[in-house]
Amino acid sequence: MNSGSNTLRLCKDGLWDDNPGLVQLLGLCPLLAVTTSLVNGLGLGLATLFVLTCSNALVSATRRFIHSEIRIPMYVLIIASLVTCIELIFQAYFPALDRSLGIFIPLIVTNCAIVARAEVFASRNAIMPSIVDGASMGVGFALLLCAIGAFRELVGQGSILARMDMFIGGEPLRGLVLADGGFLLAILPPGAFFSLALAVALKNALDQRRTRLGGAIALRQPG
Amino acid sequence: MPDDTRKRRQPAAWRSGVTLALLAAICTALVAITWRLTGPRIEANEKAYLTQSLRPALANVFYDNDLDESTLLVPAPHDLPGTDDAVIYRLYAENRPVGAVFVVSARDGYSGPIRLLIGIEYSGQVTGVQVLEHRETPGLGDRIESSKSDWLLQFAGASLDKPALNRWAIRRDGGDFDQLTGASVTPRAVVRAVKDTLVYFAANRDAVFAARGDDNAAVNEDQPADSQE
Repeated sequence: MNSGSNTLRLCKDGLWDDNPGLVQLLGLCPLLAVTTSLVNGLGLGLATLFVLTCSNALVSATRRFIHSEIRIPMYVLIIASLVTCIELIFQAYFPALDRSLGIFIPLIVTNCAIVARAEVFASRNAIMPSIVDGASMGVGFALLLCAIGAFRELVGQGSILARMDMFIGGEPLRGLVLADGGFLLAILPPGAFFSLALAVALKNALDQRRTRLGGAIALRQPG
Repeated sequence: MPDDTRKRRQPAAWRSGVTLALLAAICTALVAITWRLTGPRIEANEKAYLTQSLRPALANVFYDNDLDESTLLVPAPHDLPGTDDAVIYRLYAENRPVGAVFVVSARDGYSGPIRLLIGIEYSGQVTGVQVLEHRETPGLGDRIESSKSDWLLQFAGASLDKPALNRWAIRRDGGDFDQLTGASVTPRAVVRAVKDTLVYFAANRDAVFAARGDDNAAVNEDQPADSQE
């Protein structure tokens, strides 16, 4: 397999075929907890993306020094430092978003999707593929957070993009208000489970449909 | 050399320790650098956030003192609403007290304490109330938030004799304050907390402002506990 198609494969895995949220079902605690609006999903998604990419890069760079006996403490050390950095960066540049996400920024440390990528991929691969893997997994996770956040915000509050000012600054924005109030269940905790279930079901339905039509189109690359 | 390989596969404990220590040092350096770079900005943000978050509770009260320097921490237990520490930001204009902002908790919300910001003029009139933190039901109790409804606006201008003390309740309980459709526990808790804070302010006003310059002096200790009517 040449490196070009390898990179493509890694991207496709992270975004779809092996998506941390949809397929591996990892990192569900933050996923379910913060996705009450698009802006929250986007914020945590970007933070996770940053930590995942950097932790993959660092773990891969230090993989020759990591003995298997102490690998977990080393991963934890790397991930915890990165999370502390991103928390400081959020406090400095997106203070409102930091307050809105609250404890879930520090809790990125416990996102098992990150340790999983360090263990499964970064500790066995060179730096570049590890960065690609981290970035694509991170983007896949962030997109899922955004999608669920947007869905819950739309159904639960009848608006979209509310409070985007937490990202871009300025006056509080109410976003695009489509209806006054909405179906409350969507922003309550059960709505998170329903939304995730719907997302997983939709993904599986799309995959099955593709497999059925698959005779005509070659979907999976050989090897 | 096979001998060498075996050694590398099973490193001595001290080597693991050194590796970990080195990595810890690198990671700490990383965090320290980030902290140095972001520190001033975070501090400025916090100051701006404090000024900005007190503003809605203050209407247009003019003050010229530095909020950080006039903060009074009232450790629990105290006569203010809530079981956790309360904070009082005292406001002065040309060294004369003009009002105060109380950070207190309404205990009896629907789920957990509701952290409130209550602005009171020196005369004892409420300038505004803001919700800082709560865990009320989204869509019901959370409409006390000023970003979701105008419910909190009705406190502006209220004082202990406007409405009369026995009318300090929501309409359902025979008082003068609106409730929220579908949620009466949350408004009831907020109304009670504002009332209790006003009662405290009326009883302890001089002590609150007298403690100037001597931060964190416990106001409660040298005061008779007479805040009950």
